[in-house]
Amino acid sequence: MSARILAATTGRILRQLRHDRRTIALLVAVPTVLLTLVYFMYADQPTPPGQPSTFDRIALVMLGIFPFVIMFLVTSIAMLRERTSGTLERLLTTPLGKLDLLFGYGIAFGAAAAVQAAVAAAVAYWVFDLQTAGSGALVIGIAVLDAVLGVALGLFCSAFARTEFQAVQFLPVVVIPQLLLCGLFVARDQMAGWLQALSDAFPLSYAIEALQEVGAHTEPTGRMWRDVVVVFGSVVLALVLAAATLRRRSG
Amino acid sequence: MGDAIAVRDLVVDRGGRRVLDGISCTVARGAVTGLLGPSGSGKTTFMRAVVGVQVVTSGTITVLGQPAGAPALRHQVGYLTQAPSVYADLTVRENARYFAALYGRGRAEADRAISDVGLAQAAGQLVATLSGGQRSRASLACALVGDPELVILDEPTVGQDPVLRADLWARFHAMAAAGTTLLVSSHVMDEAARCDRLLLIREGRLIADDSPAAIRAAAGVDDLDEAFLRLIRAGAAHTGGAS
Repeated sequence: MSARILAATTGRILRQLRHDRRTIALLVAVPTVLLTLVYFMYADQPTPPGQPSTFDRIALVMLGIFPFVIMFLVTSIAMLRERTSGTLERLLTTPLGKLDLLFGYGIAFGAAAAVQAAVAAAVAYWVFDLQTAGSGALVIGIAVLDAVLGVALGLFCSAFARTEFQAVQFLPVVVIPQLLLCGLFVARDQMAGWLQALSDAFPLSYAIEALQEVGAHTEPTGRMWRDVVVVFGSVVLALVLAAATLRRRSG
Repeated sequence: MGDAIAVRDLVVDRGGRRVLDGISCTVARGAVTGLLGPSGSGKTTFMRAVVGVQVVTSGTITVLGQPAGAPALRHQVGYLTQAPSVYADLTVRENARYFAALYGRGRAEADRAISDVGLAQAAGQLVATLSGGQRSRASLACALVGDPELVILDEPTVGQDPVLRADLWARFHAMAAAGTTLLVSSHVMDEAARCDRLLLIREGRLIADDSPAAIRAAAGVDDLDEAFLRLIRAGAAHTGGAS
């Protein structure tokens, strides 16, 4: 890896994004629009005494899920475009290292996700009066980490897709099982044993648990930090696997 | 000095088909070598093998004294793919600056590469809005921006107007005069005459490896197109093959 090439690659990806105004608008606006839907869905639901309101519970989790799903999709397609346009093959004949490219995507889309998460969190806290025991900054930090997890899984999965058709099929395969089992619909400790085992194997479960910890405790807990470390480790693992699937030579 | 490229008994299979069948040749330093042959003859596969992105069945390829694809070569070899491989959602200048940065070059080199391919007027334009010929020149600028010792160009002049084509060939010869080695593929025979040396490939086999003048003399005709035709027929008669 080289700092100069990594910086150039990150800058290049951000410049591509900057030329695509519609994508920027979608990235920033979509989570907010979805949060608005969630807010009005639960506006008239009674809150059980001594518990967080349903909106608080769901919105907090959504702040982590939106960047994860969106960045997974955006990255899979972006990486596939590198493959189909021939730029990937060309890049691999230059001094660029595989990790320069993969970390470049991670940093560039992570930065985009930071903006996205900050806007969504600002709307959730100030417009919809989201209540969390812990700090909003931690919520945004974990949301960005979730986005980077989406980027890393997207980079890895794009290696197994030859076309855009195939790439979008990975969304239901990779993302939806993690959503179903992350504890949003049924608490993880109330699931059947084998479902719990699956849930334990999915990185998104830890990302969501970290957010729930921030929601329930005023100070960062040891469990939250453990969850953050697990998600971070999953990101590194996915990036290393993605690098292993990038072949300089092909048939 | 040695040769820039030395290929021995190169065999490549793609999709269960033998694309290159035992090619041996050398490419001299500081010259423009033309790689000629009809579409589907194996030119692109040969170039990919030299650059080191092609899985090779057997044979050896030595490039600038190292095995093809060696990490050190990535600083010394510029590769233009047949389909323009630049970012359509960036401007010409942003593309050139990015590839310049990969080779440790700056903005001045990027701007020079753009004007060398005649795109100075369009430098601020998004590649997606360029014509096909302009797009392929933008891609060429990115291949030349690192000032490589060896330049592999896959059909660089397709779709260019005749004046620009002449300019580009003059540019290639100026680079060769300055010591750069160029391997340029084409399926247009009138470009063959512009090369210092020619490699003619047909159906994965090398059927001629000589200077244009020597090829004309050997075939006994002035027209290179006709000379190649005679070489192909002579080769077919010799091996007893079809066509």
